[in-house]
Amino acid sequence: MDTVIDIKHLSKSFGNNEVLKDVNFHVNKGEVVCLIGSSGSGKSTLLRCVNLLETPNGGEIIYKGKDILQEMKNIEAYRTHLGMVFQQFNLFNNLNVLENCILGQIKVLKRSKEEAIKTATTYLQTVGMEAYVNARPNQLSGGQKQRVAIARALSMNPDVMLFDEPTSALDPEMVGEVLKVMRQLADEGNTMLIVTHEMQFAREVSDRIVFMDKGVIVEQGTPEQVLTAPQHERTKVFLQRTTS
Amino acid sequence: MSLEWMFSIVENNWHLFLRAMGITLLIAIVGTIVGAVIGFIIGIIDTIPKKQTVKNYILRVINFILTCYVEFFRGTPMMVQAMIVYFGLDLAFGIDLNILTAGILVVSLNTGAYMAEIVRGGIIAIEKGQYEAAQAVGMTHFQTMVYVVLPQVWRNSLPATGNQLVMNIKDTAVLSVIGVNELFFQAKSISGANFRYFETFFIASILYLIMTFTATRLLRYMAKRLDGPQAYDKKEVL
Repeated sequence: MDTVIDIKHLSKSFGNNEVLKDVNFHVNKGEVVCLIGSSGSGKSTLLRCVNLLETPNGGEIIYKGKDILQEMKNIEAYRTHLGMVFQQFNLFNNLNVLENCILGQIKVLKRSKEEAIKTATTYLQTVGMEAYVNARPNQLSGGQKQRVAIARALSMNPDVMLFDEPTSALDPEMVGEVLKVMRQLADEGNTMLIVTHEMQFAREVSDRIVFMDKGVIVEQGTPEQVLTAPQHERTKVFLQRTTS
Repeated sequence: MSLEWMFSIVENNWHLFLRAMGITLLIAIVGTIVGAVIGFIIGIIDTIPKKQTVKNYILRVINFILTCYVEFFRGTPMMVQAMIVYFGLDLAFGIDLNILTAGILVVSLNTGAYMAEIVRGGIIAIEKGQYEAAQAVGMTHFQTMVYVVLPQVWRNSLPATGNQLVMNIKDTAVLSVIGVNELFFQAKSISGANFRYFETFFIASILYLIMTFTATRLLRYMAKRLDGPQAYDKKEVL
């Protein structure tokens, strides 16, 4: 299988606080990987290191055979290959739904406006938000905003979609609509790396689950291996706490 | 009766008042616009991310100079600034500014200093998530500022800019010290001829009020226009 992103010996500290310690990890093409673990375990930081929103202190991030950390000059070009979905949606507040989805395409990928609108419309249909192209972010519900954010990321035609706790800021009723879209993306064969607290969703959708604790990957494997028959004590304790 | 006096003052001097209002508005509006431009430029330079490079040292020197500018113009009376700019530049450098140009320059520099703080605050107040989302789609810092951050800062700082405009309309009065022929200066010279100080300045105050009131309404309208329609049209989905 093709490895899209290969992370080797990654470390990250905030001051004296070592958040990631020698993390080794990869994502294959077409694979859906869920990162689970308690708050502060470093899973969000790991995800943010992948697209360099956090600069790692050491290690390698290999994308298509190249170590990105060695060629820091071209961060912007690298980032276009990764679609990011944030916990707080982070739609551009000054732009409407359609403009949110075409800005990056036009300014970064240098697509024509017609092409950008066509692509954006396709993905807004995917997430079921095509009726809201004229709406501004502050006129949408949380779930709608997150679906637009997903469409914005998809519009850049990334190789990998990164999701940083996409449903954690949502009302319980709206979690479902976002997870439904993500499930659909997974079924379509998109490569996805998801940080989530939704265990049931992780079990259903992932090819592989990675459990992190205190800045290290404790164990990883298929959903059955990790969630049903965990090998490590820490994983068992975490799962007991989240399911009970 | 003073009401009769007022009518006669208006009747005899309306063209002078009108001209003076024009000059007041010209200085206030141009000063506010130029000041806003200065403020945005300083705010942008000030919030460039600092990296440990040679460029950074140049940036720090520029930032220091800009801080001096802001502190000087915020910390001294505009009347004093007017004297320095108009008479000082002539004495020290032989730059003989036209009175009106000097007036506009003083108001612009003064507004720029205040606007710099407003814009800086506005940029800092934009959520980190907006920058991160822009970075995540591959935008550079410059693109992020131009397409995402500054439009929001502009919208958010519009009320403060409007406030500056209103203040400038009133504060042009201090430019009378260098002889700018604005409304206060004109009222003073008219009242000096007719000795009807109360009536003349009462008329001047009404005229100031008309200008400031109109300015605030216009700016409020502008802000509404920028916000776009309250409701969005939902498109028919086939």
